[in-house]
Amino acid sequence: MKILVAIKRVVDFNVRVQVKPDGSGVATDGVKMSINPFDEIAIEEALRIKEAGKADEVIVVTIGTNDAQQQLRTALAMGADRAILIESNSEIQSLKAATSLLMIAKKEQAGLVIMGKQAIDDDNNQTPQMLATLWNRPQATSVSKLEINGNSALATREVDAGLETIEINLPAVISTDLRLNEPRFVKLPDIMKAKRKPLDVMAIDETLAGFNDNELSIENYESPQPRQKGIMVENVDELVAQLKERGLV
Amino acid sequence: MSKILILAQHDGNSVNQGTSKALTAAQQIDGASIDLVIFADDVSEIAAKAAKLAGVNTVHAVTTTNENWKLAQGIAAKFAELASDYSHVFGPSATFGKDVMPCVAALLGQNQISDIMQVIDATTFKRPIYAGNAVITVKSNHDKIVATIRTASFKTGDMTSGSASIENHSIDNAQTDTKFVSLQTGNSERPDLQTASKVIAGGRGLGSEENFELMYNLADKIGAATGASRAAVDAGYCPNEMQVGQTGKIIAPDLYMSFGISGAIQHLTGIKDAGTIVAINKDGDAPIYEVADIGLVGDLFKIVPELMEKI
Repeated sequence: MKILVAIKRVVDFNVRVQVKPDGSGVATDGVKMSINPFDEIAIEEALRIKEAGKADEVIVVTIGTNDAQQQLRTALAMGADRAILIESNSEIQSLKAATSLLMIAKKEQAGLVIMGKQAIDDDNNQTPQMLATLWNRPQATSVSKLEINGNSALATREVDAGLETIEINLPAVISTDLRLNEPRFVKLPDIMKAKRKPLDVMAIDETLAGFNDNELSIENYESPQPRQKGIMVENVDELVAQLKERGLV
Repeated sequence: MSKILILAQHDGNSVNQGTSKALTAAQQIDGASIDLVIFADDVSEIAAKAAKLAGVNTVHAVTTTNENWKLAQGIAAKFAELASDYSHVFGPSATFGKDVMPCVAALLGQNQISDIMQVIDATTFKRPIYAGNAVITVKSNHDKIVATIRTASFKTGDMTSGSASIENHSIDNAQTDTKFVSLQTGNSERPDLQTASKVIAGGRGLGSEENFELMYNLADKIGAATGASRAAVDAGYCPNEMQVGQTGKIIAPDLYMSFGISGAIQHLTGIKDAGTIVAINKDGDAPIYEVADIGLVGDLFKIVPELMEKI
């Protein structure tokens, strides 16, 4: 079985982004970029499935500018076998991403497609579900435990009420939640080795035959409304008095 | 005129308040005509409850089999088919809506507007990105808008005095590639975290699962729900469904009291719509104090017992 892992290059999760003064976007020049943390978990899970002898090959794919090769090389250094860059110089929205990934999933005859449940830049949480739908295959989203059993899998999902377990037939799409695993650290020799692993580049248009995009238009970016400055109290008596005064207890 | 179809979320017994909040958002679109769709194996009783949401014209009650109503793949196709008559399709941005709505969007050939926090007009909405560090205004120029509604941004409406008509449907060719197996819940007697008016939340500062009892006791004392930071859940102090933040639950209680939570940006995004935020932490420089309405610096292991006595 081949596993396709889809990743996204995003502003590193430790960076607190700022909206540009003219409202045209967020400032990303010179900001540290990383693999979306949920996607890193997806890579790790794919590698563990392969290491358990349940998959033959882990292919990592991303859609983005040429700079996203850095993130693909990191994934290769973690242990992925080969990489595909679908090059796009403009920002793309979820439906286009899912359509493009569908073409790759079919071409590679992937048994599993794994990716993060959301990217921490746009926080959309859509692409995995859209891919599953366009592919007409099962999805398991927000997965915190995955067990592959031949042609099916048991997936435990983090849902509002607790932990939901579903059984899905493969091929299928998995989106990862935080507690699925802890991604491994990359070692220097692996970075050297990763440089020799295959990385194919194709233009996004090659993956979008017949696709008719209904893009949403982003009119403006702004900073969130700050909360009003609060007060500090010295002890529990003052705290309780404040809560009572506000009618909260 | 806008015709809006909203996905009703329920647990088999009652309609989730998130449904009402999505309805509140839909009602902010001028002149909107609003219907609900609800899926269940035994749908008639729960559909009757959904029909009580005031402001709904019709409830589409869809009978499913083999617990398919719990599964995105079990309902998305029928949902998209029903949605063909509508200009807008909304769902609450809880885990169920997040699972299902993008499938419907894909079937309708649209991108989804996720986590609407403000309705500007029928085609223009505001939503947060970067864990709430930025807010974007999104406009759709297409004939169908598919969106999830950020429930913390809208109020629960009247869920008892409505009298919508009920239209019955069923799913003919049920899918079999996805099966519901089980749901393991905390089985808590406490109020639901997402809709509670008061929340007591603990973080890494609690130090252990045993110490987390302090949070449960205080919550019970004031009738609050319990929440947690990611750090506390990752450390195994409490179950995952208690996580509040960017990737956990986004909540807006009247009172949010945090203990031993430093306040990573990913956590703060989940609480910033709370009425009053109280922060109790031993580190007075913790970022949680930047958003707190009332801050107290000190040892939570001394403060909580004293609070139990005096509150």
